[in-house]
Parts: sequence; C-alpha cells; structure tokens
Amino acid sequence: MRSKKVIKKYMLFIIAAILLGVLFIVNIELGKKAVLSVGYGLREVAIVLPPIFILLGLIDVWVSRERMTKFMGEGSGIRGIIIAIIMGSVAAGPLYAAFPIAAMLMKKGAKLSNILIFIGAWSTTKIPMLLFEISALGARFALLRLAISIPGIIIIAYAIYFLIPDKDKADIQKKLQEMGS
Amino acid sequence: MANTIFNIILYAAALGFLIFSLVKDRKKTKLALLKAWRSFENILPLLLGIVLLLGMVLAVLDPELIIKYIGEDSGFMGTAILVVFGAITMIPGFIAFPTAALLLEGGAGYMQIAAFISTLMMVGVLTAPMEIKFFGRKITILRNIMAFAFSFLVAAVIGMVLG
Repeated sequence: MRSKKVIKKYMLFIIAAILLGVLFIVNIELGKKAVLSVGYGLREVAIVLPPIFILLGLIDVWVSRERMTKFMGEGSGIRGIIIAIIMGSVAAGPLYAAFPIAAMLMKKGAKLSNILIFIGAWSTTKIPMLLFEISALGARFALLRLAISIPGIIIIAYAIYFLIPDKDKADIQKKLQEMGS
Repeated sequence: MANTIFNIILYAAALGFLIFSLVKDRKKTKLALLKAWRSFENILPLLLGIVLLLGMVLAVLDPELIIKYIGEDSGFMGTAILVVFGAITMIPGFIAFPTAALLLEGGAGYMQIAAFISTLMMVGVLTAPMEIKFFGRKITILRNIMAFAFSFLVAAVIGMVLG
C-alpha cells in the first residue's frame, strides 16, 4: 500500500525522467540542453525554497487564525486586497513558490479572493521583475501592462470567488489543514 | 541582479525571524522547522517533475528558434504561437524579457509581445499539477482560463496604445 502511494507521489517525476531519456535517444544535443536547463531550475528551487518554507513554518506556528482572518479574511475589505497585492509584489521567486504560500494563507483563514489576488500579483506585478521589464521593453510598455493587470487580477479573483461555492472553499481549507499538520 | 538582492532579503528575513522565534520559544521553533520540512517534502516530488518537464520544453522549444519563425509579418499566427508557448511554460524573467526585446527588434508588434509576456506570467499549464494539489481542479482551471483570456485583453490594449 505504502509503495503504491510513493509511486503515485513520484508519478510526474517518473514520467518526466522517462521523457528525458527518450529525448536523449532521439537527439543527444537537445538532451544535453534539457539537462542544462533542468540544472538551472533545480538550482533555483534549491535557492528560493528553503527560506520560503522556513518562513511558512514560522507563520504556521506563530500567526493565529484569528489574526490572519482579521487581516486577510472575509470582511478584511480593501485592506485585505492591499495586503495581498503588496505581499505578491515584493516577491522574487518563481510562480511555483507562490502556491505553498497561498496555501498557507488559505489554511489560516484568508479569503479566497485575496489569495487569488496574491497569486496574481506574484505572477505579474513583482517589483524586481518590473524593473527588468522596464529596462528590456521600456517604461511605457511595462507601466501600461501593470496598470491593466492590477484591476484585471482583482476582477479575476472576485469572479472565481463568486463562482466557487462556499462549501468547496471550506473543503479546500479543511484539506489544506490536514495536509500541513 | 534584482533577483539576487531579493534572495538576500528573503534569506535575511527567514534567518532573522528564525532567530527571533528561537529566542522566544525553542519548542515552538522546533515545531515550525518540522512543519517546514514536512510541507517541503510533501511538495518536492511534484516540483522535481515540473522542473524536469520545464527544462525539456525550454530545450525543445528554444525561444531563439521561435524568433526565427516569427518574423515581421507573423500576424495572427505569430501571436497565437507566442501565446501558446507563453501559456505552457514559465520562464524566469531574466530570460523572458530579453527574449521579448529580441522579438521586438525582430519585427514583432507590441501586441504580440504583450500577449506573450502576459500568458507567460499568469498562465502555467506545466505548474498546474502543483496548483491543483493545493487548490483543486476547479479553481486551477478557472484561474488559468480566465488569465489566458485576460492576456488577450492586455495585448489588445497595449497594441492599441503603443502599436
């Protein structure tokens, strides 16, 4: 039973490893290139994730549900939205690092719309990336994109918030609480 | 460069809070680290799979190769190719932005570039397994589809204003 679970957990990894093997057989050059870029990705994972997970562990232990609900939960209003945008904007990591953080917020009682705003901000309005974007594509392009994206992110977040039934939200929260305990 | 600075801030914050927590309550700190490790271990297999897939996609669908296909008159097809590429992958910004700048120089329009950048950042087909693990299928699919559609709006507005 246990081994079955382990295999399921590593399923994607196993499939990806097999594909990489196939790539090597089909085209050695591409295989080598893939290994290089996988190496880059692994390095990024190794650098970015440890401090994030340490911070998550600390939040889990120190921040009470009441406090999180007050700042980002139902009824947190505009303040919750602003906190979500700021939290997402100062981030530097890749999108996959945002999901565990978002999950922690959800687990602690943050409102789904605020969580989605956080993910949206993380993906598009990150300050370090914005500076990069300005230097590569110009300030007009970058700032215009930012100006359209912020309302867009909020609208998408609220659309999903209203489309997902409350029961589903509660189920997800319960699942996340069981996952991290 | 910006990334390095933020990584340093991230490490400083983690270390600072860790020490603060340790001083205040050793037992709680130990629990925090245990929880950190457990959730890391929980997500690691999936993450490794995603990193492997991503590496392969980036090797096969080389942005430079794509630039060669998308010349000056790529029009709708060019935009479509870029958007799909952007939606599937998730490229770090320091590769994505210079690539986009090259595309601009190569004759692509602001509209195509905006669609590319926007889907690249907001839509992640390859990272979807992780999103699903935390938030379930429904939210993941809704979010990605809406973000995909929204990218076209971003592209249209930027195309109108800058094009």
